[in-house]
Amino acid sequence: MVPATYFIALSVILFVIGAVGFLVRRNLIVMFMSIELMLNAANLAFVTFARQQLNLDGQVIVFFVMTVAAAEVAVGLAIIIALFRHRETLNADEVRMLRW
Amino acid sequence: MSPYVFFPLAATIIAFALGVVLNRHPIRSALCLAVTLFLLAVVFVFLDAHLVAALQIIVYAGAILVLFLFVIMLLNLEADVPLKRRRNMTLAASTVGVIFAAATLRPLFFGAGELPGIGLEAPVDAAFGSAEAIGHRLFTHFVLPFEITSVLLLVAVLGAVVLAKKRMG
Amino acid sequence: MIPEISWTILLPTLLVTGTGFAVLLADLATTGPEKDGLGWIGIVGLVVTAIASAALWNTQASGFDGTIVLDRYALFFNVVFCLAAALTLLMSMDYLGTIGLRSGEYYAIVLFATAGMFLMAAANDLIVLFLGLETMSIAAYVLAGIWRPDLRSSEAAMKYFLLGAFATGFLLFGIAMLYGAFGTTTLTTITAEIGPSADLQRTLAFGGVALLIAGFGFKIAAVPFHAWAPDVYEGSPTSVTAFMAAGVKAAAFAAFVRIFMHTFAELAVDWRPVLALLAVVTMTVGNLAALKQTNIKRMLAYSSIAHAGYLLVGMVAADSLGGAAVLYYLLAYGLMNTGAFAVVIALGKRGEPNESLDDYDSVGLRHPALGLCMTVFMLSLAGIPALAGFTGKFYLFSAAVGQGYAWLAIIGVLNSVVSMYYYGGVLMRMFMAEDGKDVQGTTHRPYLTATLIVTTVGTVALGIFPSWAFELALGAFQSLG
Repeated sequence: MVPATYFIALSVILFVIGAVGFLVRRNLIVMFMSIELMLNAANLAFVTFARQQLNLDGQVIVFFVMTVAAAEVAVGLAIIIALFRHRETLNADEVRMLRW
Repeated sequence: MSPYVFFPLAATIIAFALGVVLNRHPIRSALCLAVTLFLLAVVFVFLDAHLVAALQIIVYAGAILVLFLFVIMLLNLEADVPLKRRRNMTLAASTVGVIFAAATLRPLFFGAGELPGIGLEAPVDAAFGSAEAIGHRLFTHFVLPFEITSVLLLVAVLGAVVLAKKRMG
Repeated sequence: MIPEISWTILLPTLLVTGTGFAVLLADLATTGPEKDGLGWIGIVGLVVTAIASAALWNTQASGFDGTIVLDRYALFFNVVFCLAAALTLLMSMDYLGTIGLRSGEYYAIVLFATAGMFLMAAANDLIVLFLGLETMSIAAYVLAGIWRPDLRSSEAAMKYFLLGAFATGFLLFGIAMLYGAFGTTTLTTITAEIGPSADLQRTLAFGGVALLIAGFGFKIAAVPFHAWAPDVYEGSPTSVTAFMAAGVKAAAFAAFVRIFMHTFAELAVDWRPVLALLAVVTMTVGNLAALKQTNIKRMLAYSSIAHAGYLLVGMVAADSLGGAAVLYYLLAYGLMNTGAFAVVIALGKRGEPNESLDDYDSVGLRHPALGLCMTVFMLSLAGIPALAGFTGKFYLFSAAVGQGYAWLAIIGVLNSVVSMYYYGGVLMRMFMAEDGKDVQGTTHRPYLTATLIVTTVGTVALGIFPSWAFELALGAFQSLG
């Protein structure tokens, strides 16, 4: 049997991949997908802890995270479309103020 | 979950997660993300989170990813700048990431003590993770957060319409 | 059983949300300049909410299975949020007409954001906090980008959104760690469980605390999590910028202070050095960067970063004097900073925002009243005695000295001296410079004038009679228990 620590380790690795991906990629949509990876890593941690402690709260919280993710996607993609109407690029470096 | 299932599964998930980050073309990233989310649903099933697993596929891999793909197609995106051109940032971010991962994983595997809780081997009630059990918890302890999500979604809908509609007023 | 619905606890939030709905409905029936009336609906709703919160001052209740509380702490912040939102709406009624953005949704979204802030201040559960924060943040992303004809506004929304969502990831992972450590997300239960514990549980708790610091660090714009602030403050419509600085920042601090100074009070030994370091870096970087700015909104953005540093000094003190000082300073900062942004709005007109510092040359000579208001705000932000900013800083730094952090207070004072240079620089330009461009804001602006009067009087009054507000803040902080 694999203990819960391995699942948490997987979750940490996914979180780091997402965070690093956000920092190194320049395509706004891919940066956004990296954030989704981070949220999913958190979901995996919630579900693992829920099973580890036989406590359903963690599973219920995943619903709220999904709701928030859906709301963020709706608004985020609307912002991307609004920005795209101004200039036909989604490269963060070509958006003047988005360099960092 | 048997190690013979866990390790191949975890390795595949990590590979596809890297695919999201490393692919130059957004469409390929989105498809890699779809596979990652789907495989995470499999992990959820092994952790007795059956309803969560179903919703992960319907909401995440279904609705949210379709929205991503839709926008990518709508905007007709080209490939991203190769990571080689951003060597410094890539190096710096990866180093920080590896340090963070090491700092978290080291106590997890080599630290003293155990994770709080009874462990994954403990027998589980058949109702654990069922729609009924989750619904019960959702409408008792979490009833206030549940109501807050209604305001949250209203703001999101309102905001998306305000930002994306053709002209003001 | 569904827990009992405690209407009293939800009353302030329900009032604000209801006002938001009323505005949305009224929006359907109005066109053009009539939409200014929607702002009035919002302001009346906010004033009623503030009065209701004040009337509830003596309640101390917890409800919905312990996920939310109504204590003086939450009520104090409710009043601060109502003030910030009402002033934002008031100046927006003139500003939106000027930039040609008459939209009813704007007012409604400000109100929904305020509802999210209420939930953050009253949350006794990390999930309620998380959802309140997201409601506020999503509303703020939309507000930043609501002026769609302006490219800068869309870019600001994009940047704010991406970094905000990134911060959400950290915050959520931190909550997951804390859930793993304590098996619950309810703050009072966590408080009871903290203490001598198994090693791995402690490790998880530390990880959670560290990730929460990063998540909140983004929201309050503390260095090194501040990269978004200058661009977002510059690009957003000015009234929205004022709301971000006065409202959003106060809400982030409301949750930050409750969690760290109350729930994690036991772990203070561990987080104090981190926050102290964060405070030093934030104050110094913010003030030094502000010196070089040529755009007034960017300058105020860096000044806002520096102020987050001063507020962190109060948190490092980690006692009730420090906590009360943070609450008092957030109120004072909301007033004086909103006032400063109102002056920025007053000097702009359609197609001519006049946001460059060069545009401020000799403005004070041509518009003495505006010049007087700006003098009050700049001196107060710099921390000159007899104004709200000075008393606030005095409380913050003396709390730090009282807890043996004299070195931190000294760094804070030195930073205030640096900040006098750029705040004073604006005043020098306004009163000493000669033959500047003849900047003329649009002349007849009753709402903007009202905003300026309220903020100026408030800043002066808080500075001259600080003890009353400080006593309230102290009572509020002590209600945490």
